[in-house]
Amino acid sequence: MSAAHDTHGADDGAAHGTMRDYAIGFALSVVLTAIPFWLVITQPLADKGLTGGIVVIFAAVQIVVHMIFFLHMNAKSEGGWNLLALLFTAVLVLIVLSGSLWVMHHLNTNMMPMSHSMADMP
Amino acid sequence: MTSADQHWSFLLGKLTLEALPLHEPIIVATFAAVALGGAAVVGALTYFKLWGYLWREWFTSVDHKKIGIMYMILGLVMFLRGFADAIMMRIQQAIAFNGSEGYLNAHHYDQIFTAHGVIMIFFVAMPFVTGLMNYVVPLQIGARDVSFPFLNNFSFWMTTAGAALVMASLFVGEFAQTGWLAYPPLSGLSYSPGVGVDYYIWALQIAGVGTTLSGINLIATIVKLRAPGMTMMKMPVFTWTSLCTNVLIVASFPVLTAVLTLLTLDRYVGTNFFTNDFGGSPMMYVNLIWIWGHPEVYILVLPVFGVFSEVTATFCGKKLFGYSSMVYATVVITILSYVVWLHHFFTMGSGASVNSFFGITTMVISIPTGAKLFNWLFTMYRARIRFDLPMMWTLAFMLTFVIGGMTGVLLAVPPADFVLHNSLFLIAHFHNVIIGGVVFGVFAAINYWWPKAFGFKLEPFWGKVSFWCWVVGFWLAFTPLYAMGLMGVTRRLRVFDDPSLQIWFVIAAIGAGLIACGIAAMLVQYAVSIIRRDQNRDLTGDPWNGRTLEWATSSPPPAYNFAFTPVVHDLDNWAAMKRAGVARPAVGFRPIHMPRNTGAGVILSGLSAICGFALIWHIWWLAAVGFAALLFTAIAHTFNYRRDFHIPVETVIETEAARSRELALAGAAA
Repeated sequence: MSAAHDTHGADDGAAHGTMRDYAIGFALSVVLTAIPFWLVITQPLADKGLTGGIVVIFAAVQIVVHMIFFLHMNAKSEGGWNLLALLFTAVLVLIVLSGSLWVMHHLNTNMMPMSHSMADMP
Repeated sequence: MTSADQHWSFLLGKLTLEALPLHEPIIVATFAAVALGGAAVVGALTYFKLWGYLWREWFTSVDHKKIGIMYMILGLVMFLRGFADAIMMRIQQAIAFNGSEGYLNAHHYDQIFTAHGVIMIFFVAMPFVTGLMNYVVPLQIGARDVSFPFLNNFSFWMTTAGAALVMASLFVGEFAQTGWLAYPPLSGLSYSPGVGVDYYIWALQIAGVGTTLSGINLIATIVKLRAPGMTMMKMPVFTWTSLCTNVLIVASFPVLTAVLTLLTLDRYVGTNFFTNDFGGSPMMYVNLIWIWGHPEVYILVLPVFGVFSEVTATFCGKKLFGYSSMVYATVVITILSYVVWLHHFFTMGSGASVNSFFGITTMVISIPTGAKLFNWLFTMYRARIRFDLPMMWTLAFMLTFVIGGMTGVLLAVPPADFVLHNSLFLIAHFHNVIIGGVVFGVFAAINYWWPKAFGFKLEPFWGKVSFWCWVVGFWLAFTPLYAMGLMGVTRRLRVFDDPSLQIWFVIAAIGAGLIACGIAAMLVQYAVSIIRRDQNRDLTGDPWNGRTLEWATSSPPPAYNFAFTPVVHDLDNWAAMKRAGVARPAVGFRPIHMPRNTGAGVILSGLSAICGFALIWHIWWLAAVGFAALLFTAIAHTFNYRRDFHIPVETVIETEAARSRELALAGAAA
């Protein structure tokens, strides 16, 4: 038993959160979740595109909050490997999202002359 | 529907007696042969009382070396299956002329070309490269094992479960008839109502879990477990390419998982992501699957670039030319592989600006690849090259791969691609780079590291027979496809109207026959080498005068790899140690802390296979039971605290003393 627990004692170099960090993170997450729900349910903004855009921005901020307060990521954790991995992931997500939007926009314009509306669904 | 039928359909879902392909004589004969062979193997294992040994020493093993070898065996078995598909296609296409329908009906033929692609990529090439990385990387970085040994065992068995599902589709039901990437709308429910695409989906999803986890495992291993002193720029090139490959795996396989999940939803719950109507866009599937699919080809080829680097340096007896440029080229390829995916569908209609962007990025990627080739050439320049089998495969690779690369750049020109898209020219191109690159690389690696894994060298004679059959057979089989592709012959055709094409297909079939001889010679090579192993023993652990740390330990290495963790001062550290005459430590051994074997991986993967099978056949109760059992086993395994043990110091001393005796014996013989 003792041998099995030795392996957990090793310090992995990552910061461990305090109660205060968790409380701040939780509060921020709740706020960042509640606002988009409110936006969608009560529709205070007339423009649906604008609402959608704001919800996406809230989602992105939410990801950052989780990474800082729950995953305890910072520029120094794991000897900088975490930051490198994060930057790499961000670059790839950017490539995949922007590339797909660009490609699909062109394909949609050139190749999809028919109606797209979900209202046509039986 | 009568109530008895309802009971049966509750119990067995869509599975009925008609699902067994009894009307296909070819499959029935294959099944008979497989059943007889399987019964013989099971009988022999029982007769020789080997089940306990296999279970304790192999199936439940968390030793990265044994898992690596099991990956290679899985790859080899599936390779024979995939090649059987290939030769069936070649024979069909060689005879289906002048009104002849050939010997395969459309339903069967379409399954064969799909299965060939799926098996060769997911269950041959992937297990081969994963097996190599598993075996070699921890030894090259001076580690005891990978970071998460149990996860490694689990990953292997998940890959095997996926392979087992593909194999089951041969005898129970059918496989997809969609081509290896299962494009919708053909793979949607309206055009593929059978279970073929479901087999495809669940086999890849289950195997994908294994692949992703093994990617995470090897990244953690390379980042965290390198021997002291081994900075990133002192890592062997194979370890570097493995790191980049696993980064690609972790970054790209989730895309495959997501896109297959969307297709699953379309097929199982009636969503319309990729359907023709109701707002669906099949083109989105093509876009997404190639965002995974293009990095995938670099996942396969980067590790073998590493193999060729190790082989070239070793057999030229000097350090690799341009190590840092090799590393940077690998990293650049890793990133660039994410910005070229559209070249797989230039013809889908995205227009001139998009096509030119992706055409140019595709051509740019040939620059780092070219840099690698020059590095290998300059390493060989004025070297005393030893032409052993690994080096021969490397030379064959360099000559073959360059042609494949050039036809690739040709295909990267969008206007040319509009002529050549989906033609046999494309087929010839990607077989040119995958066989000439990945397959030749795996053979080089097997010949190179076999003595490390088993303690004896492979017989060169049968290896050379295999080599010449393969290289000549490859060119005979695929040059006609280049020619026909330029003439406009498209891929996946079953019968032909133009009789003047037949001669090309006959030549290609002869080439495939020659490759079959190459495979047979390779199997003979393994068999003969195993029988005559005592004549080819490698007592030194360093049969090729190697340069990296895996050659510093015995062949095969002890369970703990290194009695003392090596300290690294140099790139090519083992070569430097030999130059400096570093003596093996003979005293001061300590007990070694090791992970304990566990059967949890086998059980979890077996349950996953059952769950997948149930989902394929809509046997909902079994899927629910299987999934619950899966969760239960996974949770129960977390309560298993008997995860490690110590190899007693007496065993270590004994093992190292035996190694000293072997070295003395080898020294006396030399």
